[in-house]
Amino acid sequence: MPKDGGIGASTKRREDVRFLTGNGRYTDDINLRGQAYVFFLRSDVAHGKLTNVDTSAAEGMDGVVKIFTGKDFEGVGSIPCGWQVTDKHGQPMQEPGHPVLAQGKVRHVGEPIAAVVAETLGQARDAAEAIVLDIEELPAVINMKDAVKDGATKVHDDLTSNLCYDWGFVEENKDAVNKAFEEAAHVTTLELVNNRLVANPMEPRVAVGDYNRSDGEHTLYTTSQNPHVIRLLMGAFVLGIPEHKLRVVAPDVGGGFGTKIFHYQEEAFCTFAAKACNRPVKWTSSRSEAFMSDAHGRDHVTKIELALDAENNFKAIRTDTYANMGAYLSTFAPSVPTWLHGILMAGNYKTPLIYVNVKAVFTNTVPVDAYRGAGRPEATYQLERLVDKAAHELGVDPIKLRRQNFITEFPYATPVAVEYDTGDYVATMDKLEEMSDLAGFAARRKESEAKGKLRGFGVNCYIEACGIAPSNLVGQLGARAGLYESATVRVNATGGLVVMTGSHSHGQGHETAFPQVIAEMIGIDASMVEIVHGDTARTPMGMGTYGSRSIAVGGSAMVRATEKIIAKAKKIASHLLEASESDIELKDGAFSVAGTDKSVAWGDVTLAAYVPHNYPLEDIEPGLEETAFYDPSNFTYPSGAYACEVELDPETGQVTIERFSAADDFGNIINPMIVSGQVHGGLAQGIGQALMENCTYDSDGQLLSASYMDYAMPRASDVPFYDVDHSCQTPCTHNPLGVKGCGEAGAIGSPPAVVNAVLDAMRSGGKDVAHIDMPVTPSRVWAAMQG
Amino acid sequence: MTQVKMTVNGKTASGDVEGRTLLAQFLRDDQGLTGTHVGCDTSQCGACVVHVNGQAVKACTMLAIEADGATVDTIEGQANADGSLNVIQQAFQDHHGLQCGFCTPGMVMSAAALLKDNPKPTEAEVRHYLDGNICRCTGYHNIVKAIMAASGQDVSAIAAE
Repeated sequence: MPKDGGIGASTKRREDVRFLTGNGRYTDDINLRGQAYVFFLRSDVAHGKLTNVDTSAAEGMDGVVKIFTGKDFEGVGSIPCGWQVTDKHGQPMQEPGHPVLAQGKVRHVGEPIAAVVAETLGQARDAAEAIVLDIEELPAVINMKDAVKDGATKVHDDLTSNLCYDWGFVEENKDAVNKAFEEAAHVTTLELVNNRLVANPMEPRVAVGDYNRSDGEHTLYTTSQNPHVIRLLMGAFVLGIPEHKLRVVAPDVGGGFGTKIFHYQEEAFCTFAAKACNRPVKWTSSRSEAFMSDAHGRDHVTKIELALDAENNFKAIRTDTYANMGAYLSTFAPSVPTWLHGILMAGNYKTPLIYVNVKAVFTNTVPVDAYRGAGRPEATYQLERLVDKAAHELGVDPIKLRRQNFITEFPYATPVAVEYDTGDYVATMDKLEEMSDLAGFAARRKESEAKGKLRGFGVNCYIEACGIAPSNLVGQLGARAGLYESATVRVNATGGLVVMTGSHSHGQGHETAFPQVIAEMIGIDASMVEIVHGDTARTPMGMGTYGSRSIAVGGSAMVRATEKIIAKAKKIASHLLEASESDIELKDGAFSVAGTDKSVAWGDVTLAAYVPHNYPLEDIEPGLEETAFYDPSNFTYPSGAYACEVELDPETGQVTIERFSAADDFGNIINPMIVSGQVHGGLAQGIGQALMENCTYDSDGQLLSASYMDYAMPRASDVPFYDVDHSCQTPCTHNPLGVKGCGEAGAIGSPPAVVNAVLDAMRSGGKDVAHIDMPVTPSRVWAAMQG
Repeated sequence: MTQVKMTVNGKTASGDVEGRTLLAQFLRDDQGLTGTHVGCDTSQCGACVVHVNGQAVKACTMLAIEADGATVDTIEGQANADGSLNVIQQAFQDHHGLQCGFCTPGMVMSAAALLKDNPKPTEAEVRHYLDGNICRCTGYHNIVKAIMAASGQDVSAIAAE
């Protein structure tokens, strides 16, 4: 292993130094000469006809540069949706327009209506207060089941109804599934809500638009997980700017969790306004704005059923889900309840027949899109709550029921279109039982009871699908994008390397982990490798970071490019060593001739590539720079088993997490320290969903949880030290690193374990409650205990 | 506009501010000290914590004119004189106590204030003290561990890396 860390080393993160000293460069830290500030006037009603926007009083106010309304964007493109789902009748989903600034109607609280550009933010805000809006309020549709009733008020007048699509998967299996339910020895049914969440990366969104009149080039600095995707969507579909005249930079980004994947109106506005005002225009979201303009997550209402035979084998699963789209289709919204959810419904179990129905619904709420896990937490939650409920109805041990139905042979083709390449669900469950000290639980429960508390133990399994691919398949499924990743590896004359990756790091530690891979491949120090990301002018076209894809897809592209580098370097070395290319070996940063003591150092070969005096110019070009685009042949399938132990105060309904154990199989691991950190963060988000977080609207469409005083973010005292393990490793068979991805597992795998543990605790107190919806707040627990 | 003058990280800093200018804005926009971050508008998240006359303060909750004449310390002034990370900063790196880095300046400044008042906090005391600092990335595990390590306590028994 290279001395400062190759594959498998918990190398300390190099990016930390700038973050710890206040030297990070986040988008809001960028201030351009002559910059003006924009403040958006947003709708304070959920649904209404916008009859007039009177800016006359505001126009002449101090510092006002220009005021924009929907009229200024007539003829400008609609914010596009990147995924078209086909419904169960073979028809495309209903796809409404999505204006940059409201056109004639407002459809959710927070929708931007007008934008004031002024010399200072304070002046912009002052002027916005002087704009007079005439809005004829209309009834709001908030509840999904009400929204799809006949005669419901339509969110979009030009659509036939509020139903975006009615999706059936796999439609051909439906009759066989129904038959299996008729023949079942036992059927377990569960209705549940997957609560609406707000991703809440700590850095609010920011956009700075700039326009250079001398060359006609636009630059957008933005808080994005995928600058190339923004460049393509905004350039081609909204503003009509060719890609060679549009640069998108996402510098240090303070967390994303999905919500910074999407293309937002504010990005298009700042790019547009910078040209219109002929000066840079900056927008910085406040947290209050973030709550009503960042895409929300989850918000599914589901009925799920499990058919079992007399031996407790799973025979069929049937689900019926309503998925909230909000008022407009955010970039990848249609894919979340369908292709990121339906294909996960087999979970870890060999259930032969599955049918998933999803009705996606428009409501007068903020658009809903991918949030950490995106569809997979929703699938896992319903399945793992269902299996637990079945176990209790049948009087069997929940772990035993899971083990009995585990998939044990790989590859395994599920009835929901995907094929798991590897996994070992028995191994992770064995590991979990050991880590969680299941054997000692009874004693711990007694201790809690001695204090007047109840104690519960809950488990769940999960399967994830990361690195969604290949592009040709996802294209058939409706994706309007490829899902490859790219890397350019540039070797400098003196031997150092720069990797320009299409992946983006917003907390994942790519600047540390990616060099570990190259260090291992070449046998040089990781400090010789620098990672460049987040700038369309400096990196090849890439799809960015989401869906736990960076190392599995972006890392694979980097490996492929590095393999090309090594192949070429071997040719140069064979020339320098006057030996056959097939005899050249690369080890510890030197090329040697097999079976001899002849060798040439890495740096001598790289120098020869750029100073090609003694060089086979007739056979190969000078230079050492290669690019690879990697398009995976399949998803990767991380899996694991999680256990939660809670203490419940029956007097108050307060639940505390006493222990949380996570046994994950991520395949091979590059940096265990970073992997553990990813799991920790996901667990806190999953525990937050299970116990605390809830994004709520009243029946008029007013957002009730629009600040940290109303939306319960997990604090340090709400979570325990976690026990995480990733020693169970079944490497991915179809990518060169054997890696699977770890970014979302914690958030996917933890909510059901928490809820299962709470119900176990309640049962131990004599309350056999079939289900309790998240967030499991003290009031809900207390009410259930009284009921 | 009112002129304010204060000592920031040992140097004199002055500027003209509006009455409504927050200390966080003054530090970021007037002084170019962008290490102090603003993550919310209700004084909950703590990304903007600085020290004013030695006390931890949320710089989004204090007007710049209120800090006139004060001694202000920010994340930019925390490293050792030779530029190396101080004990708390080093512990955050050693224990992976940060991911995206956005909450980190506030976390480090809060941790410094905690350890000044309570040099050997228990796990519960650390968690309680961090009530005003939200992190969305780390799940707090490695932040709590780093702060305990920075206080000189043995954290080797705490699970995982």
